[in-house]
Amino acid sequence: MPMSSTEATVSKAEPATSLHREPSGGLRVALQATFRRDLTLLLRRRGEVLNPLVFFALVITLFPIGISPDPELLSTIAPGLLWVAALLAALLSLDSLFRGDYDDGSLEQLLLSPQPLAALALAKVAVHWLLTGLPLALMAPVLGIMLSLPAGSYLVLSLSLALGSASLSLIGAIGAALTVGLARGGVLLSLLVLPLYIPVLIFGAGAVQAAILGDSITAHLAILGALLAVALMLAPWAIAASLRISING
Amino acid sequence: MWTFIHKLGSPKWFYVISARLLPWFWAAAAVLIVVGSIWGLAFAPADYQQGNSFRIIYVHVPAAFLAQSIFVAMAVSGLIFMVWKIKIADMAAAMMAPLGAAMTFIALFSGAVWGVPTWGTWWMWDARLTSMLILLFLYVGVIALRGAFSSRDSASRAASVLALVGVINIPIIKYSVDWWYTLHQPATFSVTSRPAMPLEMWMPLLIMVLGFYCFFIALTLTRTRSEILRREATKHWVRELAGEGR
Repeated sequence: MPMSSTEATVSKAEPATSLHREPSGGLRVALQATFRRDLTLLLRRRGEVLNPLVFFALVITLFPIGISPDPELLSTIAPGLLWVAALLAALLSLDSLFRGDYDDGSLEQLLLSPQPLAALALAKVAVHWLLTGLPLALMAPVLGIMLSLPAGSYLVLSLSLALGSASLSLIGAIGAALTVGLARGGVLLSLLVLPLYIPVLIFGAGAVQAAILGDSITAHLAILGALLAVALMLAPWAIAASLRISING
Repeated sequence: MWTFIHKLGSPKWFYVISARLLPWFWAAAAVLIVVGSIWGLAFAPADYQQGNSFRIIYVHVPAAFLAQSIFVAMAVSGLIFMVWKIKIADMAAAMMAPLGAAMTFIALFSGAVWGVPTWGTWWMWDARLTSMLILLFLYVGVIALRGAFSSRDSASRAASVLALVGVINIPIIKYSVDWWYTLHQPATFSVTSRPAMPLEMWMPLLIMVLGFYCFFIALTLTRTRSEILRREATKHWVRELAGEGR
């Protein structure tokens, strides 16, 4: 077992007391280090950052071809299409969230570190959102133009996607953590995660729809924010528990 | 009290105690479902708007109740397993999942059949239908995740986590009626307000719901007992049991 040997060397190198008494600012340093490391790693693999965006554009291209190029029809279904396509693009990028770290063993190091795993996982998810959810949100208005999305809803589209995709990253990370130890977890991951995405989709697409109809969007955005708050509070613990299961299994 | 719970947590004692309870639950389930079906299908008055087609409610509502309750029961079992490492809880959760999925499917299917005479269509994208469908996907996810792991312990813990994560979907189902404009009629049963149905229609439904719950408990106990024997096959007491049975 490679796992037990790693544990043995760590406990030999550091006496047990140092594991309990962490240096001041230890968590902050660890968070910064995890954040910077993940950011650097992802920025060096540009393909992985660009793929979801290309996928997003491609899926949006398919709809006018498959349904109809009629701008009137497209403009009525555009909010839902944009949201669904962005959601799928975000889902596509989830599988690699912990995969690399799992393969090269650095995930085990995260587990063994004296800092809480939930916080470190949160840092990783934050990077994922920064390089997947946020670019998708920024790109969506461009695709909105192509689907003749009615004017006045572009800002809301970006805002709702930015807010919603943070929840998507958090919820999706639970699924990614559960399936990272499995050889072919990709399809299973979408099966686990997609049902949990539905509330976010409802209120995200609902916000854009409301903006088009001229209704108030604050309620939708407030609920998206509430969903994010709940996800921020609960998801890190679920991610940490899932990572422990995947590593020890 | 505590010693009883501790005893219940051990597979051997669970096996012994459940043997005593089991006949009662099976009998209650059989009597309640038979009485409820006959009363509901033959003697309850026909609905003044929907005619006889409303009688599908006697399958639809109990199945929908169970579909939601079983998910909660599964999540609670998962929590008990995660916190106290009681293996029985995980066995029960594993045995419940397929029944819950089946009940969700029955609720969806009977709803579709009911939809033809009342709404004139098999399927409506209405709030509660949709959330039932999501519940079915959640069940499938839990079952698939459990099946995907090669180590049983990892599978148990992963399924428990997913059931706990999924249980947040249950309140969404409950409140989805308020969230969306819906074509579906409001909930048939309500704990706080008096039922809108006349007593002759409502009583068989109550009996059917109780019957379905007894059936669920009886079936889960039976399946958990077989699972105990399967997982503990190498234990001394199981071998003794098998030796005596021969």
